Amino acid sequence: MEIGEQRVLSLSPQDITAIGLSLEVAGVATLATLPVAVFVAYALARWRFPGHAAVNALAHLPLVMPPVVTGFALLLLFGRHGPLGAFLAENFGLVFAFRWTGAALAAAVMSFPLMIRPIRLAFETIDERLPQASRSLGANSMWTFLLVTLPLALPGVIVGAILGFAKALGEFGATITFVSNIPGETQTIPSAIYSLMQTPNGDASALRLAAISAGIAILALLVSEALQGRAGARR
Amino acid sequence: MIDVDLRLSRPGFDLSAAFATQARVLALFGPSGAGKSTIAHLIAGLSRPDQGRVAIDGATLTDTARGICLPPEKRRIGFVFQDALLFPHLSVRRNILFGRFFTPSAERRIPIAPVIETLGIGPLLERRPATLSGGEKQRVGLARALLASPRLLLMDEPMASLDHARRHEIMGLIEILRDEFAIPIVLVSHSADEIMRLADEVVVLDHGRVVAQGAPARTLPGASRLIEGGRFALTSVLAARAGAHDARYGVTWLAHPAGEIVVAAKVAPVDRPIRVLVKATDVALARTRSYDISVRTILRGAIVAIDSDQGPLAFVTLELAGGERLTAAVTRLALDELGLSVGAEIFALVKTVALDERSM
Repeated sequence: MEIGEQRVLSLSPQDITAIGLSLEVAGVATLATLPVAVFVAYALARWRFPGHAAVNALAHLPLVMPPVVTGFALLLLFGRHGPLGAFLAENFGLVFAFRWTGAALAAAVMSFPLMIRPIRLAFETIDERLPQASRSLGANSMWTFLLVTLPLALPGVIVGAILGFAKALGEFGATITFVSNIPGETQTIPSAIYSLMQTPNGDASALRLAAISAGIAILALLVSEALQGRAGARR
Repeated sequence: MIDVDLRLSRPGFDLSAAFATQARVLALFGPSGAGKSTIAHLIAGLSRPDQGRVAIDGATLTDTARGICLPPEKRRIGFVFQDALLFPHLSVRRNILFGRFFTPSAERRIPIAPVIETLGIGPLLERRPATLSGGEKQRVGLARALLASPRLLLMDEPMASLDHARRHEIMGLIEILRDEFAIPIVLVSHSADEIMRLADEVVVLDHGRVVAQGAPARTLPGASRLIEGGRFALTSVLAARAGAHDARYGVTWLAHPAGEIVVAAKVAPVDRPIRVLVKATDVALARTRSYDISVRTILRGAIVAIDSDQGPLAFVTLELAGGERLTAAVTRLALDELGLSVGAEIFALVKTVALDERSM
């Protein structure tokens, strides 16, 4: 890319690749997880079913387990010879091990608990009688969810998505354990910073990447505030 | 035609209630926890009975014996909630059109414009629910339920969170809806004046059971113990005709079969039918007609029921000449000292009456 040659921020091509890859990994992880997170958050908030506590615990597990353990578990499950990894590779050609897709999977799993918390809270604070009103007006449960419940939970969904995105962007332990640190394939900003810190005279580059990483996170927060302000102004 | 037979068991609460009615406005009345709202939710399909049947105008909505229990969206019952429960993220316009969107075009028999006009919500259409006052919200809530063209309007204490003036405004509107849009209404209420004014028939509930059913004027006095705000809120309604107005004193004489009723107001024109409300606590009883007192309204009747317990007060219901009933609150002491019992001929001294300002 041309930007790399201009050296506006005196970033090396490798830095640019890491930033681009990070945004891609975090973006894909967030977009792919969000519908699942909304569903699980809704189920945990509104349904009482056998195994409720187990689902809740499972969803929160990555938050409390050491990231290395999560990464190791992913490696065992989704590695080339892992039960799920082998199945997905054979049937869908979907390979996670040592690929950027694996980085996205690790980011998704690690950000999942952070994502569902605010979304679940948003569903829980909705007056349960509002969906009832919607049903009595002729909207079935799907329409009610789309027209009443989800719009009312939107600020929480936005917070969840941004938190998840920020977490995905910063994910390090599980990612490096699961997919290693391959420049151009799995080397995200945190892995790149880690590599630079191991390199003689790499501190300046590490600092630049750290600043960019912080910048993206702050930008994400500002976007979230703005979106929430909009969603809030509509009620 | 509303036909309901419902059974529901919950920890600490048993419901077993059956009633059928042709009333245009049926009131479900009883103290908190009597099961009124539970029945409303069961009729609307917002919860399921253990056993039971709900049919409206021949359409079976619930029949557990036949395995029928339609979901709420298939019932076409307009539910009006106590606090209106408008969708906070939608404008008033979208709120009131919400149900219409889901109503099959062939069933959209309630026109939009007259509803907006009647309920006076035209200026509110672009507003958000959060910016509306309590009375405005409830008017929008009525419009929203109505515009789904429901087969029944279920109102769950629609006026309980409104102040006095707003309550009377909403009561007036409910009367207009009842008369203009010809939709049967089930009104859940614990307030006697709402029921007296709006309902043709009342089902009295206590502890999940139907304890009485009938015309409000005949049924509520017997259920006085269950009335919110104590039995002192008990009010009788009398139908009279406007008579001469005495401009010197500012009073009007109303003609009633049991005697003349004096109201401290001008009622015109002469012979216009008018209803008056009489609080039980504004009625005294006398064995003989006495003109030696300040009370000018003296009505003749006979005692048909005495409702008393260990408390100091007894509620005495009279059948007045002409057949209407009037309830008086007197002490048990007075009953005994005057030797009053059922069947006794008696005069009711009515201190003040309120005019019921609805049209007749």
